[in-house]
Amino acid sequence: MLKTQGNLFVAFLRIGLLGFGGGPSMIPLVYQEVVKRYAWMSDEEFGDVLAIGNTLPGPIATKMAGTIGYRVGGFWGCLNAVAAVVVPVVLAMILLLGLFTRYQDHRWIQGMSEGVVPVVMVMMAQLTWDFFSKARSTLGWIATLLLGACAGGLIYWLDVHPGIVIGAILIAALLRPERRKTSAAEEDTSP
Amino acid sequence: MIYWQVFIAFFIPNIVGYGGGPAIIPLIENEVVGRYGWMSSQAFAETLALGNTLPSPIATKMAGYIGYDVAGIPGALIATFATIAPSLVLMLVALSTLYRYRDSLKVKSMSQWVRPVIMVLMAYLTWTFLIESIDGAGVWHTLGIAAVAALLLIRIHVHPAFVVMASLVYGGFFLGT
Repeated sequence: MLKTQGNLFVAFLRIGLLGFGGGPSMIPLVYQEVVKRYAWMSDEEFGDVLAIGNTLPGPIATKMAGTIGYRVGGFWGCLNAVAAVVVPVVLAMILLLGLFTRYQDHRWIQGMSEGVVPVVMVMMAQLTWDFFSKARSTLGWIATLLLGACAGGLIYWLDVHPGIVIGAILIAALLRPERRKTSAAEEDTSP
Repeated sequence: MIYWQVFIAFFIPNIVGYGGGPAIIPLIENEVVGRYGWMSSQAFAETLALGNTLPSPIATKMAGYIGYDVAGIPGALIATFATIAPSLVLMLVALSTLYRYRDSLKVKSMSQWVRPVIMVLMAYLTWTFLIESIDGAGVWHTLGIAAVAALLLIRIHVHPAFVVMASLVYGGFFLGT
């Protein structure tokens, strides 16, 4: 039992520390540890956990860590795996940024924080483009721009909280009648 | 009171943030910079930049750091909890129900429909960073750094960590005088 918890911790620590590029880039690492190295799950089970995780909001990596930790080691396994992914990196963040703020009165530190803003801007532009291309490929560009314009108007012009706008869209997507008959039938007959 | 605000500030972005970690960033900015005014957009940009140089999901890194910055260690714990717990608990409790819907078109369309909204939030955040940067580093430095960063990130596919570090060094030498 204790050994399992130890293994869980080490596995998810490795995943957390090697997962450069954020959540989605960590999925292959999780697969490597959970299916290949420790054989806690079969290929199929792993695929199911991933698919179910994707039906819910929030970061995928911690959802996977928590669920797999729970299956392998119960409540403490869940806590253990999540902590292994989250805690070391959050500590590193606090330490690094703490240093930064401590010396922020120095002119060159201020220069550093000014120098990094354009880079973050480019990254954000890249993400914007990424979401635009994905939305365009599934919804078409007219629906994408229309939805985007409506949402932008509500949020920035009428000051509606983005959570409410997204919440409304999620509810609309859930309540909308399923258009394709076959998929609706498939859903009804599944156990 | 502050703890409750920290909880809400991270709970809401993560419960509506379909589309993974990056989708949550503009929603967090909306709460932390826009609604509660806990940090300036430059400080938020810094946090985001450093977060991008470290491994593991961006949402928990942002939550842990901002929570700590606002309300100390309890703040860090609460913000991280609000980020992780809701969807994880749902996943553990409703696994079998969710299993039935994992291939449902409706569920898939949820994240598809949310994407344009996230896109607009991201575009707005990009704009905020541009204004902020022109204000701080000036027009020419902003355009120069952005052009080089875009070239490195998009054309040559240099890892973001190196681009962030290079910009820190550049800023330290050329903007700090």
